[in-house]
Amino acid sequence: MSLILSTKKFLDETGNMARFVGRFFSAGIRPRYENKELLNQCFIIGYQSFPLVGLTSFIMGLVLTMQLRPSLVDYGVESQLPVMVGLAIVREIGPVITALIFAGKIGSSIGAELGSMKVTEQIDAMEVSGIKPFKYLVATRVLAATLMLPILTILGDAVALFGAYLGVNIKSVTSFSLFFLQVFKSLSYSDVLPAIFKTFFFGFAVGLVGCYKGFNSNKGTQGVGISANSAVVLSSVLIFIIDLLAVQLTEVLGLN
Amino acid sequence: MKATINPHSNNIDTEDNKPVIVIEHLHKRFGYKKVLNDFNLIVERNKNVVVLGKSGSGKSVLIKCIIGLLKPDSGNINVFGDNIPKLGEDELDQARAKIGFLFQSNALYDSMTIRENLEFPLKRHWVEIADDEVNRLVAESLENVGLAHTSGLMPSELSGGMLKRIALARTMILKPEVILYDEPTTGLDPVTSREIEDLIIALQKKYHTSSIIISHDMNCVKRTADVVVLLLDGKCYAQGSFEELQLSEDQNIKQFFE
Repeated sequence: MSLILSTKKFLDETGNMARFVGRFFSAGIRPRYENKELLNQCFIIGYQSFPLVGLTSFIMGLVLTMQLRPSLVDYGVESQLPVMVGLAIVREIGPVITALIFAGKIGSSIGAELGSMKVTEQIDAMEVSGIKPFKYLVATRVLAATLMLPILTILGDAVALFGAYLGVNIKSVTSFSLFFLQVFKSLSYSDVLPAIFKTFFFGFAVGLVGCYKGFNSNKGTQGVGISANSAVVLSSVLIFIIDLLAVQLTEVLGLN
Repeated sequence: MKATINPHSNNIDTEDNKPVIVIEHLHKRFGYKKVLNDFNLIVERNKNVVVLGKSGSGKSVLIKCIIGLLKPDSGNINVFGDNIPKLGEDELDQARAKIGFLFQSNALYDSMTIRENLEFPLKRHWVEIADDEVNRLVAESLENVGLAHTSGLMPSELSGGMLKRIALARTMILKPEVILYDEPTTGLDPVTSREIEDLIIALQKKYHTSSIIISHDMNCVKRTADVVVLLLDGKCYAQGSFEELQLSEDQNIKQFFE
């Protein structure tokens, strides 16, 4: 019985989310466009997230290099460390870790902000004032998250590579130009473009789930907490699912 | 026994008789619970109608249906001739420009200053509005509620009574012809409640608005109501002036006045 109820709840939730996606596209396409609010959200979601993304990326690059070195030394290919680290960061770890950090920071903040607005009737107040809350609150945030995550990923990759360069130099001496020459020589468009392309979908998922959970928040302040929490959990799971699909797709298209 | 009191008995001006809101056979249910069950009401120009009822009797649902925040299951809600449940998104936005709504929780945007709270609906509704006109309307609205000095403050810096006044100023800034008040004095001390009641009366006189006021506060009802409507079992159980209902022998009506 509980399995049936859980399945029904899952299907209901999926259906509601599909409707929400439909509303996003219909609200986003129709004028009037909320350009000012979109820029404001790009600043909050993109610019203000960079310090956190930068710090975690730097540590990730440094730690990844330090962890990989012993294995490469064992096989006598220590010189390939920049290549290994570069490929790992650009193709997979950079986009996924940045997206997960982004989900934690932005997904929870959007979920809590819209959830709080919902339970304090601020969204209703917009609606009765003739302001379209879906366009003003949801479309701008989802679009900003979709546009900003790829930029953050590129910047995060650059910082992670810098961290990796310092990591390489802890136990050996490699010049800055040699390190980056090795990294860029090993990378091709088929490594970089699919990795960046999938981050648009990661960003879309994080923005959309945060808005969906916040917009449908209820049960007062407890509901706000639940919205923020479930926004992070669901968007993190979606990031891995999208990543899996993206890897399969690049395989099928022969881009690997 | 159902009270049959004529709300039109005291009308003098013919223009005042003109209905601005006509609600016919309104039904709304949540799950198995019928909240509104064949509810009918007429609100006339320049009249304050107070809706009385027990908690959970559907008073807030009623005004949320009128503003289009909730969709009724059936029935008509005509506001200035527009049947609200049947309107499309854009037409509903236009109709809402004539209707103000004061939320019980005030619903001020807590990330904006008081000035931005007032500017926001103005700039959204009238895209081409000049900055001078915005400044004038914001100043006028704040002066109406006696809080001109709060323009640069955040909502979190104001007291409950001040927030209610600002919410009222925001409701009035688009110069609505009908205002829906959701328990405007709930949670306020008697002095502040009286100030809010005075404001409601003063603004109605100044802008000639019609209102539906949801309230449990009998002082507020007595001072603001031209017509009192008792909502019971989802229906309009009784309708009349405060004094008429106060004198009623019907037990269901009497319990509100004891």
